[in-house]
Order: sequence, then C-alpha cells, then structure tokens
Amino acid sequence: MENNITNILVCGIGGQGVMTATEILAEAAIAEGHDAKKTEVAGMAQRGGVVTSHLRFGPKVLSPQIAPGTVHVLLGFEAAEALRWSAYLRPDGLALVNDSRLVPPVVEIGLFDYPADPIGEMRAAGIRTVSFDAATIASNLGDLRLGNTVMLGAIADHLPFAADVLLRCIEARFARKGAAIVELNRRAFAAGRAAAAQEAVPA
Amino acid sequence: MAAVAALAPAPNLSRLLLSGNEAVARAVWESGCKVAAAYPGTPSTEILEALCTYPDIYTEWSVNEKVSMEVALGASMMGARSFCAMKHVGLNVAADPLMTLTLTGTVGGMVIAVADDVGMASSQNEQDSRFYARFAHLPMFEPADSQEAYDMVHAAFELSEQHQVPVFVRMTARICHVKCVTQVGERVAHEPAGFVKNAERWVMVPAHAKRRIPLMFERDAVLREVSEHSPLNVLEPGKDRRVGFVTSGPAYMHVREAFPDAPVLKLGMSNPLPLNMIKALAAMVDTLVVVEEVEPVVETEIRAAGIAVHGKDILPKIGELAPEVLTPAINRLLNNEPAPPPVAAPAVFPRPPTLCASCPHMGIYYTLSQLKNIIVAGDIGCYTLGAGHPWNALDTTICMGAAVTVAHGMDKGRGAVDKNKKILAVMGDSTFMHMGMQGLLDATYNNSNITFLLLDNGTVGMTGGQNTPANGLDIRGNPAPRIDFRKLVEALGVKPERVREVDPYEMPKLFKVIREETKIEEVSVILAYRPCVLTDEFKAARAYHVDDDKCTGCGNCIDVGCPAIHVTHREKVVKPSGKEVDLAFVRIDPIACTGCGMCLQPCAPDAIMQVAGPRVVAMLRPV
Ligand SMILES: Cc1ncc(C[n+]2csc(CCOP(=O)(O)OP(=O)(O)O)c2C)c(N)n1
Ligand code: SF4
Ligand code: SF4
Repeated sequence: MENNITNILVCGIGGQGVMTATEILAEAAIAEGHDAKKTEVAGMAQRGGVVTSHLRFGPKVLSPQIAPGTVHVLLGFEAAEALRWSAYLRPDGLALVNDSRLVPPVVEIGLFDYPADPIGEMRAAGIRTVSFDAATIASNLGDLRLGNTVMLGAIADHLPFAADVLLRCIEARFARKGAAIVELNRRAFAAGRAAAAQEAVPA
Repeated sequence: MAAVAALAPAPNLSRLLLSGNEAVARAVWESGCKVAAAYPGTPSTEILEALCTYPDIYTEWSVNEKVSMEVALGASMMGARSFCAMKHVGLNVAADPLMTLTLTGTVGGMVIAVADDVGMASSQNEQDSRFYARFAHLPMFEPADSQEAYDMVHAAFELSEQHQVPVFVRMTARICHVKCVTQVGERVAHEPAGFVKNAERWVMVPAHAKRRIPLMFERDAVLREVSEHSPLNVLEPGKDRRVGFVTSGPAYMHVREAFPDAPVLKLGMSNPLPLNMIKALAAMVDTLVVVEEVEPVVETEIRAAGIAVHGKDILPKIGELAPEVLTPAINRLLNNEPAPPPVAAPAVFPRPPTLCASCPHMGIYYTLSQLKNIIVAGDIGCYTLGAGHPWNALDTTICMGAAVTVAHGMDKGRGAVDKNKKILAVMGDSTFMHMGMQGLLDATYNNSNITFLLLDNGTVGMTGGQNTPANGLDIRGNPAPRIDFRKLVEALGVKPERVREVDPYEMPKLFKVIREETKIEEVSVILAYRPCVLTDEFKAARAYHVDDDKCTGCGNCIDVGCPAIHVTHREKVVKPSGKEVDLAFVRIDPIACTGCGMCLQPCAPDAIMQVAGPRVVAMLRPV
C-alpha cells in the first residue's frame, strides 16, 4: 500500500446509511491508532440520489479524496451503484456488494435502463467481487434495519485490523439501545462476515 | 430537526472525529462566543446545528443571512463575541451590511464563516467568497481540515478583537463535511465590555463614513503586515525545486498528496496576501504555480505584483483540484511522460435525488403537470426537483425569493404571444420568509396577474428539516410563535377572498382551485400545507399495494413521481384503433411507501389499496 494508506469507498443511495457505516469504519480505524479522514459527496437532503463516502486511514492522511484506481475495498450497498464506482478499484482491489436493486423513478418512467447484471459486469471486467443479499440476511434475523451491520460484517475480514475492533465500535453505537439490540447486531455482524467469506471469488 | 450528537461534554484536550462544521462550532463555543446566528444552507448548515447543542451560548436560525450578520454585528457592538455562518450565496444576501460593517468595524470578536460549494453538490452557482474579503477589506482565513478550522476560529476571534474587524473563515464543502481527528479544548468565558455610544462610529451617514474610509485603508496595511508574519502562512521548503506551489484550503492537502517534495507556501491567512513570502518562494523555485479552487484570485494579485506565475492557464476554473486533476496538469507543464489514462467508468443510468415518498410537493407538481398553457416560475428548495422527471413542471429557478418577482416581471413583460398564458409562482415556506415576502408585496402593490403557490411543509426540507417560524419551534426545539401565513399574505395586500387553502394531497381539488385562481386577473395565493416527512408533524400511514388483477398497466400512478412505485413488467398492446400503447404494470414497495394516498388518485380502475394490518417501519431503507 502506498504511504501505508488504506482506501475504502462505500457507495449506495441517499437514505441507505452509507455515511453512518463509513463513520463507524472511521471510528474503528482511529481506535486502532490510525489517522483517518472521511468525506462524501451527497447531494441535497432528499433521498434517492447517489452517495459515495471515502475513507482513508493510515499513519498520516493528507487529501481526504480517493483517486480513481486506488480503492482497496469497495463496499457497495446497491448493485448498480457498485458497478458505477467499480473503476475506482485498484486492479487487485476487492468489491463487496449487496446484490439488491433500488430502481429510481427515471428508470421506472422508461428513460433509462437498469443494467441487466451489474455484478456479472463487474466480474467480467476482472474485478474480484463478492456479492450477497444483505436485505434477506437482515430480515431473516428479524429486522431489515440490521442490513447496515451486515454490510459492516462483510468488510470486517478485509481490513488491516482485527474484525473485533470494528465490532466493538458497532456495539458502542448501539449500547444505549439495550443488550438485546446489541446482541442482534452482533449476530448481523457475524452473518455479514460469513456471507463475505462464503462465496468463492471468481477472477 | 435532525438530531445532532451532543458535543459539549467532551473533556478538555480530547481527540474527536469531527467534521469541519462541527470543529468550527466547537471552537466558537470554546471562544466564549455569546451570540451565533445563521440561515441554513449546504454545506454550512451543520455549524449551527452543532452549536445549538452547546450550553451557555445563544443560537438562532435567522430568517436570512443578512439578518444573521446584523444580529452578530449588534452583539459585537455590545462587546460580546459573536458569530454568523452562511453558504456562499448567502453572503450575497448579507453583502449589504458587510460593506458597511467594514467601516464601523466591530468590538467583541466577530467571526463570519462562509462555506463555498466548490464542485456544486447542491447550489445554484459556484462563486468564490474570497472576492468578498477583498471587496470588503476584511481578513480571511482558509482552513485545510477540521483541526485547522478549529484552530483558525480561535485565531480569528483574537485577530478580530485586536483589530476591531470581523474575520472571515472560508470553508468549502470539502472542509465542512470531511470528518477527521480533531483535538479540542475547553471553553473560556468572555464577558461583553458593554455598548459605548459613539455616533461617529456607529451612525454611517456620509460625513461619518468619509472619516472611516481612510481608517479602513490604514487597517489594510496593518493587516498585510500581520499576514506576512502570521503563523498561519507557512513556507514549506521542499527538496524538488522545479515547481513551487502557492495554495490554500483543501487544495493544500491535494498538493501535498500529489507533490510531497515540492516547496509549498500554504496560505492560512489568504487576505491580505503575504506578498513578501510569495516573493521568497518565487526566488526559490524554477516555476511558481498557484493552486486555488474556483477563481484566479491569488494568481491575479501575484501577477499584479510583477511575479511570473501559472494558475488557471493550466488548471480548471471549476470544481475541486484533487490530485488526479493536479498531477496531469503539472506533468504537462514539466513535459513529463503523461500517466496512462484512468480506466473508464462503466456507463450507468443517472440517479438524481428524488422527492421522498409522501412528499407533499409531489401533489403540487403532478397537478401542475396536468395543466396546459401555464408558465411556472420556481424557486429553491426540495420543490426545485419539480423541474425534473416525471413532472417537468417548473420553468425557472434563479435565487431564493425570485419565483414571485420573476413571475411578476413575466406578467408585466408578456407580449401578445403570451397573452393567454397563466403565470404561476411556486415557493417554499422557508424561502418565502427568507426573501419572498417583499416580492409578494411588490406584486400586490403593482397590481400583478399571477397565482402564487406557497408550499408550506413546516420546515426547511432541502437542508435537512430545520425548525422555522412555520412550525413554531426555535433552533433548540423550544416553542416559538408560529407564523400565520393567511394573515401574513393578507397583510402584504392579497385580498382575503384570493387566499385559498388547499391540501396538496388532494390533487383533484388543487387542480380545480388552480384553474379558478389563474382565471382571475390579480394576485391570488394558494396556501398548500402538509408537513415534510422529516418533521415530527408527519405521521406515516399504512402502506398501499397494487392489486395485480385490477392494474391495467396505464402507468398513470408513475407520473405522481413517488420513489416507492416500481414497474414489474412492461407490455406493448395494439388498440382497436391500430394505435400502439406501452403499458407498465406496477408494484409498491411496502417499506418505502408511507401511505399518503396520492398515487391512487389518478388510478382509474381503483387498483391501489391500503395494506391491512400495522405499518411495517424501517428506519433505514433496506440495504
Ligand atoms: C441565499 C441562500 N441561502 C440558502 C440557500 C440554501 N437553501 C436553498 S433552498 C432553502 C430553503 C428551502 O426551504 P423551503 O423553501 O421551505 O422548501 P423545502 O425544501 O422545504 O421544500 C435553503 C436553505 C440558498 N440556496 N440561497
Ligand atoms: S425532505 Fe421534505 S420537502 Fe424534501 S423531498 Fe422529502 S418530504 Fe419533500
Ligand atoms: S401512497 Fe403511493 S404515492 Fe404515497 S407514498 Fe405510498 S406509493 Fe408513494
């Protein structure tokens, strides 16, 4: 890694919790003693637009922005969004993608097409891609809201520090909501880890 | 209002993960500031959102930026430390007091944070606030990250008090919203010295102002010396002397990232410019390059001082100057081997922001999209999205408050070709209180023929749902007088019978009322009230679903523009007349739908009905 900086790009759409997830990742990096900067481009307050959150951490971070072609891990909250930002990955980068589709009104009214197989396209471009259905995993655990923790679980074994560091940060976030919620998030985290580990990664 | 993390209890010298906006708020509070005022505006909004969570400081949402600056000035006249914050275009609104308070100067330290939307994530233009510092002869600091934003606010209060001058802290979106590790300190109380009557200083009539102008020029000279010796301006010598950079703000981080060995003059205090430092750098290097975001402000001043320099001749005049922009430009300058072009991004459909499910603005724009022969002057807010798909029902957007005045001008300027056009203005409640009221008064006073739709959703939706006089809560959520829009518009000269109140969810009635009022040749106001989904007043209802057996695929409901409606499949059918029609069969996402019931109104076969049982609630959308 140049300058020992890790670049993580989290993408999705407004309202999905992309920025919060990245903030928790930043907290974990800081807990590990790294310098960290997190930045995003998000449009207006409305939901539904493209959101990308950049996280850079290491001994000393200067520019908060990740340059195209330098992302180590792309965490995609939505399939077409992962495809949109896939060119940001390094050749040896890894994409972890929630394989659910959020189709915007401009597609519904017939102005544009949603790609037939966004994850297939990424794989065809030679990108190491792991995909899973975070929404189903979360609802099987009893609450769709656990989806974000599933996503964080998915990236946990692909960081330059132990998965437990990230888990501690998630637990701290939910501590106020009681032991039962913390436990549910622990399970969602484990399920995310398993989902990202399970699938063979085709070249 | 969006909940903000309470930052105040953080102990002295803690290291916190703060955005630039949060860091500014923290430093304003620590500085013993007594009064802080702002009107929301991306990317500056979170400064006051964070500040209002601190104790022992008066904070307010002002109705516009001019007001916020004057409130801060008044507090400073009392000897209190004061603060105001605004986005770049807000400074245009506040330019009037600005250009005179530079003559009076200030007493209690006064800091003005202005946030430029470099890259235009959510603004109507990309203007460079550094011009205002020059225009108004005021010192300006430019932080490059949260820690610097925090440190510079402290330094700005000191400088302000030493020289009795307000100090600008210029932020950009990339400072406001980047979170990084910031070391914070403790609050030091600051007691106002008291108002000292002095008409020659505070009453700016020509005779007094004439005496103050030379003082302003004297201050310029003093501040230039301050800048030459300011610890905020740092010359980093570097090893590779081929190119030396003069830079500031986020661009500094990008320069350091891309050219770690180059000599760099980092301007923390960028007005007045430390020209001697720049000369020293120029003497050290083969080529001098200014890397500044947006306009060639510093470059022009350097060139005027007779120093050879590159800048906007090799760098873009719009957007951010990230390393991937800088590196190729400097490589070309040095005739270096160009780097291979980056991998092309795959083509994916655009995904513009949408109105929220149940947003009352959908009812307005669906209705307007059904009307013929109309011109709709629009304004700024969530409702600007009415210009986009599927409604295409908004014809102009200029600046806050311009809908009613532009509509009035259209009415007066119309020629024979537009004689039968109905002219409407559409404006949100916060925009109306910001700068729209005067325009409506102008329209009634000057006998306009326009129909004014006031979209009252009880909040500033666009910037995340802040409290306003329209919902009767102050910045901290305490009760405040709630404005009565009917009384207000009547007081502005609209006849009582020309004020119509309509629920924007009731689209057929809205359609009828707009038709009626546009026929009447005078100013009418249609007050459309429904709370924004971000407010506590909004109550989600049970979701609706589509009965597949009844849905004929007409697609009418899609035209409402709700993001919860999705097409399941499309078909082409040939009508008996031989005409080919496209059908789109739909479903409603039961988690995204919040039950406003608007989409069933255009559904002829009554295929949309409410789901039985309790609402399924998901705070976060399904991932
Ligand atoms: C001078 C100026 N200040 C602030 C802004 C940012 N801004 C744009 S629209 C808006 C207010 C929108 O509120 P409202 O009119 O109530 O409409 P809503 O978004 O709630 O639909 C704000 C704060 C701006 N564009 N210009
Ligand atoms: S935030 Fe409020 S005003 Fe804006 S789109 Fe959503 S519901 Fe409408
Ligand atoms: S009722 Fe219809 S328009 Fe309203 S939120 Fe649900 S799907 Fe959208």
